[in-house]
Amino acid sequence: MSTVILLLITGLGLGALYFLVASGLSLIYGLMDVLNFAHGAFLTLGAFAGYEFAKAIGGASWGTFLISILIGAIVGALFATLTELLLIRKLYERLIEQVLVTVGLSLAAVALFEGIWGQDPLYTTGPSWLNQTTNVLGATIPNDRFIYIIAAVLVLLAIVAFLKFTRYGLIIRAGVENRSMVTALGIDVRTAFTIVFAIGGAAAGIGGVLASHYYGSVTPYLGGSLLIFAFIVTVIGGLGSLAGAAIASGLVAVLQQFANYYFGLGDLIVVLLLAAVLLLRPSGLLGSKKA
Amino acid sequence: MNRQAISNLFANPFVKWGLGAVLVLFMAVLPLLNINIPGVLPGPTYTPGSLQLIAFAMLIASLALSYHLIFGVAGLLSFGHALYFAAGAYGLGIALRHLQLELVPAIVFTLALGLIIAGAVGALSLRATGIGFAMVTLAFAQAGSVLVRRNPGGLTNGDEGLGLATANVPDFLIGVINTKNLYWMCLVVLVIVFLITTWFEKSRAGHVVAATRENIGRVRVIGIRPYFVQLLTFVISGVLATLVGMAYMLLQSSATQKVITAEFTLSLLVIVVLGGVGYRWGAVIGGIVYTFLDQRLTALAGSEAIANLPDILRIPLSEPLFILGTLFILVVLFLPGGISGVALRLARGKTGLAKERQTLEELA
Repeated sequence: MSTVILLLITGLGLGALYFLVASGLSLIYGLMDVLNFAHGAFLTLGAFAGYEFAKAIGGASWGTFLISILIGAIVGALFATLTELLLIRKLYERLIEQVLVTVGLSLAAVALFEGIWGQDPLYTTGPSWLNQTTNVLGATIPNDRFIYIIAAVLVLLAIVAFLKFTRYGLIIRAGVENRSMVTALGIDVRTAFTIVFAIGGAAAGIGGVLASHYYGSVTPYLGGSLLIFAFIVTVIGGLGSLAGAAIASGLVAVLQQFANYYFGLGDLIVVLLLAAVLLLRPSGLLGSKKA
Repeated sequence: MNRQAISNLFANPFVKWGLGAVLVLFMAVLPLLNINIPGVLPGPTYTPGSLQLIAFAMLIASLALSYHLIFGVAGLLSFGHALYFAAGAYGLGIALRHLQLELVPAIVFTLALGLIIAGAVGALSLRATGIGFAMVTLAFAQAGSVLVRRNPGGLTNGDEGLGLATANVPDFLIGVINTKNLYWMCLVVLVIVFLITTWFEKSRAGHVVAATRENIGRVRVIGIRPYFVQLLTFVISGVLATLVGMAYMLLQSSATQKVITAEFTLSLLVIVVLGGVGYRWGAVIGGIVYTFLDQRLTALAGSEAIANLPDILRIPLSEPLFILGTLFILVVLFLPGGISGVALRLARGKTGLAKERQTLEELA
């Protein structure tokens, strides 16, 4: 029983990281039909920014940890905004080229990170509480998992609140539903595009800082490895659906943990799940017919 | 001669194939010549180092051609092409080392393996369309990558890479001294892949699959099911990649898990776009240019001139992939036809650009 609880909570912790990446991917795809390969680079840069800040302050206090998350979010958002303004904006309505540009950006960014920070892992330090464990119903859970879950829930709530209660949120929701109609009503969706990128970048930046604590280190390849799972999560959840991304993140990560523990085949199970979902429900769990 | 006359001359099939034959002949005698191209080749053309580099470039060009078939002709954005290449490299390695097969049966075995994998993955992934297709192919390639790293039954040797077991390989394909034989083998592979690609594009199936790229609804309306012809293209493209993978294994004497990463497939995408989407010659030229750029930029990165620059210039310039990635972005933004697009525009005059944008967009 305690093993099941352990796997469940650690799975949700990993799922929280997937969600932080997948939420942005899903929003961006939903509104703009862009499959953003550079999303991993946003995440990695956020992680490096958080690492540099923590190193400069030199402390392992809660304050440093929280501010490093905030800095990761800001850096991720800035990088994403610049990407949208400088690269994606020039190629509106040219879907394949947008994907290609993000592919190029991800290759170039990872290479640049290698040049700046080297290929070796840079080890992170956080509040010592993160490395301790808590007993939940007989299972010993590493504390950091709770932080990931809380962060993902907060980000989910923040995005939902933004989408529900602000004017731009309304435009984004309408745009995901039917972009040409929104444009036809005379509303400029381009600002919404930039905002969606910024939100996605911020979530990815937060995910980056947290992932660097999850793995204990930052490498230039941090984003790339998470991105593939985030893609899978996004497709399973239904492209463009935030709720779908949230459910699929949890589902995929928990399944992965269980399969890893019992068969050692977590990654393969995820791929099989993706194949099954695409064959039985090509638009994903909560996806619209459009995809 | 004016532009029109030149472009008419090149449109003549006899002139075109004649030029191709002359070029192949020239490449074939290259190991016997002493040509020095400083800055591009590490030494004269008869030296093993230069031959190895050119042979590698030809293999990448062949692989790009096979990717051109699925991306440029069928318009299917596959992110898993590395899987079939790796099936060739690892399949041949495993057949020689663990199954102890002779070279020819090992090649047949590996081709069958590639055929089965490409057929199975294609049959599944083609049920999804657009981005879904891209994701399924990516996921299967990822599964392959995981398998290779996990090293099941000691078959793939995990992160260390699988070396070529030379016991069953004929002597004339082994060792630095025989690099020129390997070079000729790679040239033959390139020619075979080019001919098969051309033949397929000009066949009825090729025309149908090009039509599915242009307008899949219309193909359905005239009573053809796109699924099978797309699957056929997918399988041919995959088996050609397997063929190239085997040649890679023989040339490099080892395969590492690098050849099955998503980055490897992405670099093929970069090559095809760099060369010009939709042009066979574009894929070949893109593959060769990319390989040489990668090689030379790596050499440049280690050079004195770079090491003495201030950090802000030194760091970006010492990362070949950074320069290639940036170059790629610039090509996508400003030269949508890639290298062959530029060449054609020079030959034809101004009308090229709009047409190239259209070619890329038809893929969407």
